[in-house]
Amino acid sequence: METPPSCTCSCPPETASLPCGCTGGKKETCEETPGISTATSTITFANRFDHFLARWGVNRMGHTVKPGLYRLGNPDADSPVFASANYTLSFDALRSALEGIDAYILVLDTKGINVWCAAGKGTFGTAELVRSVTCSDLAHVVRHRTIILPQLGAPGISWPDVMRRSGFKVEYGPVRATDLPRYLETHTATPDMRKVRFPLADRLVLVPVELVHAAPPAIAGALVLFFLAGPLAALAAVAAVLAGTVAFPLLLPLLPTRDFSTKGLILGTIAALPVAGAFASDASAPVWMNAAGAGMALLMMPAVTAYLALNFTGCSTTTSRTGVRNEIFRYVPIIAVMAVAGIVLGISLGLLGWLEVI
Amino acid sequence: MFDSYRVNTLQYDPDRCINCGMCSRVCPHGVFMPGRETAELAAPALCMECGACALNCPVQAITVQSGVGCAWAMISAALRGKDMDSGECSCGGEPGSCCGSVQEKPE
Repeated sequence: METPPSCTCSCPPETASLPCGCTGGKKETCEETPGISTATSTITFANRFDHFLARWGVNRMGHTVKPGLYRLGNPDADSPVFASANYTLSFDALRSALEGIDAYILVLDTKGINVWCAAGKGTFGTAELVRSVTCSDLAHVVRHRTIILPQLGAPGISWPDVMRRSGFKVEYGPVRATDLPRYLETHTATPDMRKVRFPLADRLVLVPVELVHAAPPAIAGALVLFFLAGPLAALAAVAAVLAGTVAFPLLLPLLPTRDFSTKGLILGTIAALPVAGAFASDASAPVWMNAAGAGMALLMMPAVTAYLALNFTGCSTTTSRTGVRNEIFRYVPIIAVMAVAGIVLGISLGLLGWLEVI
Repeated sequence: MFDSYRVNTLQYDPDRCINCGMCSRVCPHGVFMPGRETAELAAPALCMECGACALNCPVQAITVQSGVGCAWAMISAALRGKDMDSGECSCGGEPGSCCGSVQEKPE
């Protein structure tokens, strides 16, 4: 591929007279105030508290960094340039990993979304990268023409387009910022640095936000069940939701089958067994009531857990859209039938119970 | 059985490959590996359709219908009568993970 001079862009003829940098034939609109901000590698207590709140889903879109160019240490015209998202967790991971390295950080405006998710949506993308390069006047800040991007930014970036439109060459660094010092020794990543993993720690940090999202409907459901069917039914609802939001992420690789829905059905059934046992062994109730109660637990609980498990696909690092679509068409009908059957059983049980009281 | 992920939309034409190595650099699951003359499709079933390889291939040797494999977003789209694959309902609103409640936008 031919390398164009640093300051050209492939705009339509009518815009060719504009200064370099254009998106879709339009001149870049720069919202940031020009100039270079200063960043350090220190993660303060306030940063950690911000990370904590982000993990608990508090003020979800508010964990942002001002987009634009940052100076880390004492960079000169030959210092490397790294790109990041304007989500505090992304930016902080990068700047803390670069401790002791003089560099520039170009923060793209991803609306407070992390690099990988933003790349999937295209907000960490070619257009935004080109715009940031132009608006920060990067070509006059550094002498070289290379930007090091996180590898997980690649789903939003077309490096030939970036090169053509900004004159800068994209270099994909490792997946994890913590591998950057090692990467910078040779500017090559080992196959291990290129692979996304989903270890226990990464799954654990997702649990709080899963809990926060599931809590309102779970509490409402548990209250309704408490008054309709008693404390055991309320406990069953809470157990099913905890299985789907806490146990499922933690046990993910240990659960059999690859599909998330079947993993969830298996986990939900395991969670339902003691509840079903408790329903079945209630000596004060007639046998048919014991059986119906146990049946209700074995239908409802796996359905709830499986649905939560299916929704965890978006948080996981391995699921393709084709596969998720397959899962939805295969298992959502089964989950729905189980849930409806359980509800019908529960309502009948409740009605019959009332009739007996009368 | 119970593997909905065995088939995906990734297609690779080694005849077009110029062995630049970009696909194996951007793939987060080792689907592509560097080969002697062309990139090697080493583990197609691990593809998560992120689209990084296709977008960064300078000779269009790779195609994939990329999208985010998030059931929440797809079910939300389906419930609103939208195309499940359009990406209209993204996993949006959640910076830390891709899950979470989809932001309601006034139509």
